Amino acid sequence: MAKETHIEVRDVTMAYGDFVIQRDLTFDIRRGDVFIIMGGSGCGKSTLLRHMIGLKSPAKGSISYQGVSFWDADAEHRIGLQRSFGVLFQSGALWSSMTLAENVMLPLGEYTSLTRSEAREIASLKLALVGLAGFDDFYPSEISGGMQKRAGLARAMALDPDVLFFDEPSAGLDPISSRRLDDLILELRTSLGATIVVVTHELQSIFSIADDCVFLDAETRTMIATGDPRKLRDESPIASVREFLNRGEVEPQPGGGAHG
Amino acid sequence: MAATERDRQSELTIERTPPDTLALVLAGSWTLSDAMPSADTALASLASGDHRIAFDAQGVTEWDSGLVSFAVNVVRAGEERKLEVDRSGLPEGVQKLLALAFAVPEVDSSRGAPERGSFTRWVGETTLRAVGALSDTVTFVGELTLSFVRLLTGRAQFRRLDLLATIQDTGARALGIVSLISFLVGLILAYIGAVQFQMFGAEIYVANLVGIAMAREMAAIMTGIIMAGRTGAAFAAQLGTMTVNEEIDALSTFGFAPIDFLVLPRMLALVLMMPLLTIYANVLGIAGGMLVGLSFGISPIQYWNQTVEFLSLTDFAVGIFKGGVFGVLVAVSGCMRGMQCGRSASAVGEATTSAVVTAIVAIIVADAIFAVLLSTLGI
Repeated sequence: MAKETHIEVRDVTMAYGDFVIQRDLTFDIRRGDVFIIMGGSGCGKSTLLRHMIGLKSPAKGSISYQGVSFWDADAEHRIGLQRSFGVLFQSGALWSSMTLAENVMLPLGEYTSLTRSEAREIASLKLALVGLAGFDDFYPSEISGGMQKRAGLARAMALDPDVLFFDEPSAGLDPISSRRLDDLILELRTSLGATIVVVTHELQSIFSIADDCVFLDAETRTMIATGDPRKLRDESPIASVREFLNRGEVEPQPGGGAHG
Repeated sequence: MAATERDRQSELTIERTPPDTLALVLAGSWTLSDAMPSADTALASLASGDHRIAFDAQGVTEWDSGLVSFAVNVVRAGEERKLEVDRSGLPEGVQKLLALAFAVPEVDSSRGAPERGSFTRWVGETTLRAVGALSDTVTFVGELTLSFVRLLTGRAQFRRLDLLATIQDTGARALGIVSLISFLVGLILAYIGAVQFQMFGAEIYVANLVGIAMAREMAAIMTGIIMAGRTGAAFAAQLGTMTVNEEIDALSTFGFAPIDFLVLPRMLALVLMMPLLTIYANVLGIAGGMLVGLSFGISPIQYWNQTVEFLSLTDFAVGIFKGGVFGVLVAVSGCMRGMQCGRSASAVGEATTSAVVTAIVAIIVADAIFAVLLSTLGI
């Protein structure tokens, strides 16, 4: 595969004060890949995501986008980089005082020279893309959790991002909605050519969308595997990785392995 | 199961099977609603030669977590004394639950109940917390100042609509409660004063008392306290909920500064509205005094003339300026507590409480400082 490297994570240590969550994380994410961050509950997956999108700075190490180190860049540069991210938060995180259309229009209005009516058209289009045509003037509290998530995705796509981040996209969704979201993710990858980073531990979703992954271990507090999850499931030399990817059904190892 | 009163009893008989086994024979109903014997009573009759504990639960008619808990305690106590505990006599369901309960070793409860430290430790921790809170406050005020500079240089991003909506909410919608409170405060002041002045036949001076008290102190303080309870709390709750809901993170990832976007419009709205509300409270307070004046034989015209003659514009200016300052204090404490809010529902409650308390304390302290400053300056 001759895809160029898009995101480089080098030697990152994440910590709250003295409490180290994960250390020595080093991996590359190729452009156009769907990259999964996985691991058991409480291992720091979402925290890693927060570091990657610039909400928290690593205790040590660097995260670079196309060779530009995020945390070494000055504030202007950093905001520029952040503008090329689209983030779908776990709860959708729509701004509750604004309608769905206004949620999508806010970044458009701020960072493009579109007129209000043009921005509104784009917002309608993005909402239609995630299956929410006609819901423009609804407030987030008036729609269901699954719809909020999709609206959050429409907002994340507002500025045609280079990288899309998903924090547990299928959490709280029924199997069909979660399947649809997976399909949507794959379609977005093909049509936008964006790099996609997903935090999840839903195996079905992992196997249907992933190109590459990193596995974080809660016990040793570091990454213990990278690569195609399908290969890891069958061939990983590490028992706990195989066990995780097989839902613990093959070779359950007493005392070791997957947690939570 | 139709349990009669007699069945609903947990019965425990202790038998000794040679050579070294203590058998616990259980019968009757073993549920949480029954009075069950404790594990300690069961084990009290252990002799030093015993090596084994066995259960016989054939006579148990009904059981729930109560029996499981009893069995867990017996097993634990047995293991502590290095005895073999034979669980096979228990109902099958209980055996399975026991297996589950003992599947994962108990976590060393280092995060359990907070340690009861010494007094010096408590003093140290409290001091560190206070220093931390102070540095958070300084950071927040610093960020707010930078944000204000961005506003003046036209680089602050926020929605004009948010500003207008907040102005409406903090200004127009507060008129009702401000009217009521300041009218009554004027009325109360007038009554207290009038009764005293009447003794000297100087009832007309009620106008002076009410006028000066409202203009210099009460209008600004009462409005400030109303706004702390009404608007400061709302700010803290709104921003706190937005923190919990990751809405503030979402703003940051779009490159918006949350402080410009959320705090600045709230701050501006309150700082613009507080002086106006203070003027309004003055008018209502004086009107309250005027009403009391009527019952002491002072006509509204007389009352009005006396007030106008006595009060200077400086008195009003002092009150209005204070109102603006109190507006800043209420907005800062409300927004600061909201932005510092933790990520849970209870944290939002704490943030709201803390916002109101901080604002009221700040208002009173600031007013005391004003009193000293103004009298030193002779204003």
